[in-house]
Amino acid sequence: MTIWEDPIKFLNDWLAGILNAVVDFLNLPAGTTNFILNLIGVIIVATFGLLLVIFLTWLERKVAARFQDRFGPNRAGPYGIFQSFADMIKLITKEDITPTGADKISYNIAPLLSVASVILIWAVVPFTATWVGADINVGVLYIAAVGSFGILSVLMAGWSSNNKYALLGAFRAVAQLISYEVPLFLALLIPVLLARSMGINTIVEAQGTWFVVLAPLPFLIFLTSSIAEIGRTPFDLLEAESEIVAGFHIEYTGMKYGMFMAGEFLHAFTISVLTGILFFGGWQGPMVDTYPLLGVVYLMTKAFIVYFIVMWVRSTLPRVRIDHLMAFNWKFLVPLSLVMLIVTALLDKAFEAHSLHTWILLGANVVVALITVQILRVTGRRKEKELETFPKRPVAVPPKEEAPA
Amino acid sequence: MSPIQLTFLAVAAFSLVSALMVVTRPNMVHAALYLVVASFGVAALFVLLGAPYLAVIQVVVYIGAIAILMIIAIMLTRRIASEDLVVVNAQAGWAAVLAAILFFSLLIILGGWDSFGALAGELPPGSVDPAALGEALVSPQAFVIPFEVASVLLLAALIGAIVIAWRSSRAGG
Repeated sequence: MTIWEDPIKFLNDWLAGILNAVVDFLNLPAGTTNFILNLIGVIIVATFGLLLVIFLTWLERKVAARFQDRFGPNRAGPYGIFQSFADMIKLITKEDITPTGADKISYNIAPLLSVASVILIWAVVPFTATWVGADINVGVLYIAAVGSFGILSVLMAGWSSNNKYALLGAFRAVAQLISYEVPLFLALLIPVLLARSMGINTIVEAQGTWFVVLAPLPFLIFLTSSIAEIGRTPFDLLEAESEIVAGFHIEYTGMKYGMFMAGEFLHAFTISVLTGILFFGGWQGPMVDTYPLLGVVYLMTKAFIVYFIVMWVRSTLPRVRIDHLMAFNWKFLVPLSLVMLIVTALLDKAFEAHSLHTWILLGANVVVALITVQILRVTGRRKEKELETFPKRPVAVPPKEEAPA
Repeated sequence: MSPIQLTFLAVAAFSLVSALMVVTRPNMVHAALYLVVASFGVAALFVLLGAPYLAVIQVVVYIGAIAILMIIAIMLTRRIASEDLVVVNAQAGWAAVLAAILFFSLLIILGGWDSFGALAGELPPGSVDPAALGEALVSPQAFVIPFEVASVLLLAALIGAIVIAWRSSRAGG
């Protein structure tokens, strides 16, 4: 076995050999080698995620600037590539303020939890067929579980800051995040269903045809609700600079604020990676059987294309109103994802061995999409008619005084 | 002691201490946050036992749903979110005595049981298979009846919650 066929296993065996010798020499217990190897793996994956953020902030600012007809950072280094380092030094040297009356422990843990909830997802990301942090058989469920720490961090930050705007931001955030978890998980179920497994690597291996072909609508639902989960425009109600200043992290300064930002940037890229894995075949691509390392290139290419779309959406769309946000979720995304789940489950099982399996599923998606558009058109027309019969402008009406029951 | 055993002891101590904190903290939000820590400790114990599925479900249900719901409920209730509450009442002493008696009698009974100190056998790999669990839940030979009964119970609770909310809003509350 050479280093090019399977570099991670090669390095792992090499390190294990050295460590085993040391462990034998020092008479340490048997599990020590494994423990140290796992520890090194954890540190490498976590550090990779954090280093990626430095690049992502620069990329995001550059791309957003281009969308808005600006140059973006262009002073520090070629193409402003060292801008992130300047920002980092600035954030680290700023005064670290804890507001009066803040709950110190929760206040300090919240930013850590925010970053950790994202980095934990990277533990199950398969870079190549063999290069997986933890190939657990419940990978998709694990991603769902880890996401709940993000909500917890928002709640802790909002409550512990002892600030009304922060608490308002936290409540908005929780309402939004918990609601959008429903279509997100329902859409996550569809790759699981098609691959007959919850293991992430099994899902990648099952994608002879990419799942985006078999399930384009669930892919769109997944992407939309993921963008809502990271709280980016058009779903950035939890920050909403113009309404509640900065939402849950209003009181944070310096690197703690930086950690929330880092968490957000990394989360945005992480959902792009997840989209690449679940719907675009992950590390699969030509020649990947002979050179497994190419899988990393394929995965990252797919992830960056999805990330570009996420940035595109962010710099194009305005923020939606909270009632629209909720109506869009509960009256549109949730019913649609439920329908897609049932349709996909039925058709996938019924035509499992059929030669036109792919076409049947794709056709079903198209039919459901057409029906959805038709329903939306009919309801839209009806709303318009209702407005015509009441041509008054909506005005603020004082609440009716009623006798308490 | 192997690293696994050390990890187990650390995690076990960690969850026990946080469980104690849940019932002794005067601040309700702190108590709820310690509940999160305690449930996370239990999830870590499941991982150490080689049951990742149970661990993940523990996190999804107890941290992702129940704890978050409790924290929101506490935060929305202004009075208990901000003030320090008295966590014990007049019956605390008797309750402690009863709990101690119960604990030690359980300890004595379990101590007399032969297999209490025995080590658990090594599980065959893949024995905690989520697919098998899923099939067991819908199979008539296994747990389909309890599963359906639990679903009906939850549905009833859901409808009950809607009915309560609906009545109060109609009455102008």
